[in-house]
Order: sequence, then C-alpha cells, then structure tokens
Amino acid sequence: MTHGEKIDLSVKIGPLRLANPVLTASGTFGYGREFSDYLNLEQLGGVVVKGISLEPRAGNPPPRVVETPCGMLNAIGLENVGVNAFLRDKLPWLRGAGAPVVVNILGNRVEEYAELAARLDGVEGVAALEVNISCPNVKEGGVAFGTDPAMAAAVTRAVRAATKLPIIIKLSPNVTDIQLMARAVEEEGADAVSLINTLLGMAIDLRSRRPKLANVVGGLSGPAIKPVALRMVWQVAAAVKIPVIGIGGIMSATDALEFIVAGAHAIEVGTANFVNPGVTGEIVAGIRHYLGQEKLNSLAEVRGSLRLS
Amino acid sequence: MAGQFLAEISKKEQLTQDIFRLTLPVPEVAAAARPGQFVMVRSGKNLDPLLNRPFSLHQGMDDGRIQILFKVLGEGTRRLARQEVGDQITLIGPLGRGFSLPEPASRPCLVGGGMGIAPLFFLARELLRRHPAQVPELLLGARTAVEVRQLAAEFRLMGLDPLVATDDGTLGYKGLVTDLWPRLAESAQPRQVFCCGPHPMMAAVARHCAAENWPCQVSLETMMACGVAACLGCAIKGKQTAVSGDYLHVCKHGPVFEAQTIDWS
Repeated sequence: MTHGEKIDLSVKIGPLRLANPVLTASGTFGYGREFSDYLNLEQLGGVVVKGISLEPRAGNPPPRVVETPCGMLNAIGLENVGVNAFLRDKLPWLRGAGAPVVVNILGNRVEEYAELAARLDGVEGVAALEVNISCPNVKEGGVAFGTDPAMAAAVTRAVRAATKLPIIIKLSPNVTDIQLMARAVEEEGADAVSLINTLLGMAIDLRSRRPKLANVVGGLSGPAIKPVALRMVWQVAAAVKIPVIGIGGIMSATDALEFIVAGAHAIEVGTANFVNPGVTGEIVAGIRHYLGQEKLNSLAEVRGSLRLS
Repeated sequence: MAGQFLAEISKKEQLTQDIFRLTLPVPEVAAAARPGQFVMVRSGKNLDPLLNRPFSLHQGMDDGRIQILFKVLGEGTRRLARQEVGDQITLIGPLGRGFSLPEPASRPCLVGGGMGIAPLFFLARELLRRHPAQVPELLLGARTAVEVRQLAAEFRLMGLDPLVATDDGTLGYKGLVTDLWPRLAESAQPRQVFCCGPHPMMAAVARHCAAENWPCQVSLETMMACGVAACLGCAIKGKQTAVSGDYLHVCKHGPVFEAQTIDWS
C-alpha cells in the first residue's frame, strides 16, 4: 500500500461527515447542475446551494456585479427560485450528483427561518442547513440579523427548534466583534459556523458620478478579502468549540490550507468558481498532494497548527 | 455541452490600433458552437483583473479553430491584446443561446454596429452554408472607415454586399446604420432580422422591426461575472419584468433574444 492510499481527507462537521474539507460557497455554484459540464460533483466534500427563501425572489435591478481590484462586488439581491421550486425542480438532480447537499436558507423574519428549517427537516438528500444571517430583520428596521448577537441567537434558537439537521450559521464579517457573534450562535445550538460572508463595499464611476451598482452598496468577495477572512477564522476558532468553516478569497489549495492552519475544519470556495469552474476539484487534489508531500495521513495535524512565538 | 479548455493562440491580427482578432484551435468548442454563442476568456493566472471576459464567437470553423474579435476597452482586454502567438489562454464555452436560424422563406437581414459586427460573421457563414442561394442582406455601422473596412471586405469575399454607414462619412453613408433602414423597407419584402451592436442601435432596429412586423433577434451584452448561470449578475429587464418581477439572464436566456421580449426603455 502506497502512502497515498492512507491519506484521509474526511472531516466531521458536527454529526455531518464529509469526504473532504472542500465545499462550494452559496451563491457561486447555483444549484450544482450548472457546473456538471466542468467537474464531477462527486469530488466535492459538499455543495452549498444558492440561498433559498420561502417565496421566490427576483433579485435586484442591474447592474448587479462589478469587478474591483482582486475581487468583485455583488448586489444580486438573493434571487432564488423559492423553497417549493427548489424541492421540486433542483434537489432531485442534486441528490443524485454524489456530494452532500447543504441548503443555505435566508429570511427577513425569525419565523421565516424557522419555517424554512421545518420544511427542509427530514427531506431526503438534504444533509445540513447553512443559515445566512446577513439579511435585514424587517421587524427591527432592517438591521441585519448577523450584526446583533441577540438577533443572531434568536435565529439560531428558532432554527434549532425546528430541525434535527446539522446547522451551520454563516457569520457576517460586518461586525466589530466576530468572536462575540460566534459564541452567541454556539450557545443556541449551532453545530458549526461558516465565515466570512461578503464585506460591504461600493464602487463609483467617475465619468457618470454614479455608483456602479444599482443597489449602491454590495458584497465584496474574492482574493481581496482573504486577509480579513483568515483573521476572523483564526479568532473564531479560538473562541468556540464547534467546527469552523472558512470562506473568503480561496483560489487554491494553498489558500485552503492556510485557513485550516488557522483552525478551520473545512472551507468553502466561492468567487473562484466564476474564474475557474473546475477549481474545487483542483483544490481537493492539491490538499491531498500536500498531505502526501508532508507525509501526513490526515488534516488533524494541520488544523489549528498556527505557530505563535 | 460546454467545457473549459486551455488553448494556444495560433494567429493574432491587429485590425486597427485597438481592435484585435485571435485565432485558436479548440476543436471541442468549434464543433459544438452555434452562431450567437459566446466564450469566457482568461489570459494568465493573475488575480487582477480577476474575472473572465465574455466574447461572442466571431467564427467557429470546420477545422476546429475559433476566432474572437475584440476592442481594447479596459484592463482585461488590454491584457488579452498583449498575448502573442503561442501564448495560452483559458476558454469556457460555448455558452448561451445562439441565433435561431430561419426557414428559407424569409430573407435574412444582418445589422451590425461597431463590435456587434463580430458574431454576425459566424452567422453569415452558417446562413450561407445552409442556403447558399439566399444571400443575407447586410448593414454595417461603425465610427470610422478603419474600424469596418477590413470586415466589410471579408463579408464581400463571402458573397455578401454590405451597406456601410460611418459616423464620420469616411466610408459609405455618413450617419447611423439605422438611417439606412428606409432603403430596406422600400422593397417591402419580409425579412428576418439579426442585430448586434450598441444598445440604442438595437432598440431602434427593434422598433423598426415591430413596425414592419418582421421577426428580429438581438444579441445583447451586459456585465457578467461568470457566464455559466451561477452568479446571476447578468440580469436584464424583459417585458415580463414589469408584470412578474422576474429578470432575464443574458448568459442563460441569451445572449440572443427575440427583440420583442426585451424591455428597451
């Protein structure tokens, strides 16, 4: 038996076991089928689908995307087919594609999150929920759930009560104290946290003196945000006991491994899918190659191995 | 079926100071490509500029080569224009919905403005291949002679007879290509129109076609991050948007659309 065959890339996210630590980030991989021409989804640790709301959403008026240095801004507006159409039209194909399916859910009221969680509870093919709390809470004047520990806790508590599925809370980076947010959701029973979601940003067209996005502000993603994401993953991994899933500007296996060194159990690849639709397969292979080179059998020895002093 | 390919530039032409044409052998794309489809292109592995750039297919040839024709407008196209024969680029495609090709009964009429002329080349060849006896009508508009002269000559070699309009009058009629419309309407023969160019030009052509009751297909472009229906960035307003709220997506529902489905306001 060669050393390569003993390499175990599997990771456990609460009760969820994944074959490897590489997942796709919500909003960058559609509902999976969009990428079937470019890679075999069986290679992935998991697919996190485009965020689903109770009702379909049409999204924001254009322009919705603009490139920025080493990244991009998006103000898509959470366009999605809604939970009914997702279950009827998207999940059947995805169920058979060979990767665990994590359904990202979003809402504007605590009750909406709970209802979505209840709808997806026990549905065959749904392995876990990822909860997008970077949405405005309309009951509290539109302040994002993810910027207030009590609101984030309320969403987590409501989702926890509504489902037995593993729950991953996706944290917003647009906060002063990310550790506080992470602890708040851990206390309410989150099985894991994923971070970061996009950073709020904007771009201006000098000639027209107008914002480049119709929505004025949007979410920044891509390599430009990796330093912020790495820092937050490192801080959160030190603050909570539940697994951390790292997201933010990952373009390569090296980037992914840096997040694991910082303490992440798994990672999500987002904007990189737009640049190279097959990138997630390459990252899995690259992580395996790294372990082989370092003569390691699993990621346990890499995880959280950042040396200080 | 689309794919992602690493391709080597086999020929590089510079048509004007900032218009370039690249030829690349990519047999899988050439075999699958239909006129009106596009590819997402990246030159180099730099993180900036990050995103791939969309280009309509200028040609898809039987021998497995494809061509893209583009103008340098920003950093992405500037970088692409610096590539030389032998350099590699990554290509994703063919993508999107191409032109639906008509029955021989109605005469095809191609209307191209500026870089919108690029996909009409592929379309013209395919139309002639299917119906060699039915030569499409062709209207070409550009800012100035040098931007259209060579392409007009190449269309002539195909057997078409382009009517040319330039903003400055250095070639053909002085004015907009849409000013030439009355000449078409004169003959009262029904046409099927295929149009690609600046947005106001396509809006005008759509209006004229609606008035004549001629079917009209347009090839649109917009900001897009991915080109593969994942980012949902390429939303545009269709006539249905005012009713249902839903947008059309250029990379998935298009880039070719029936002109009457678009909200031109």
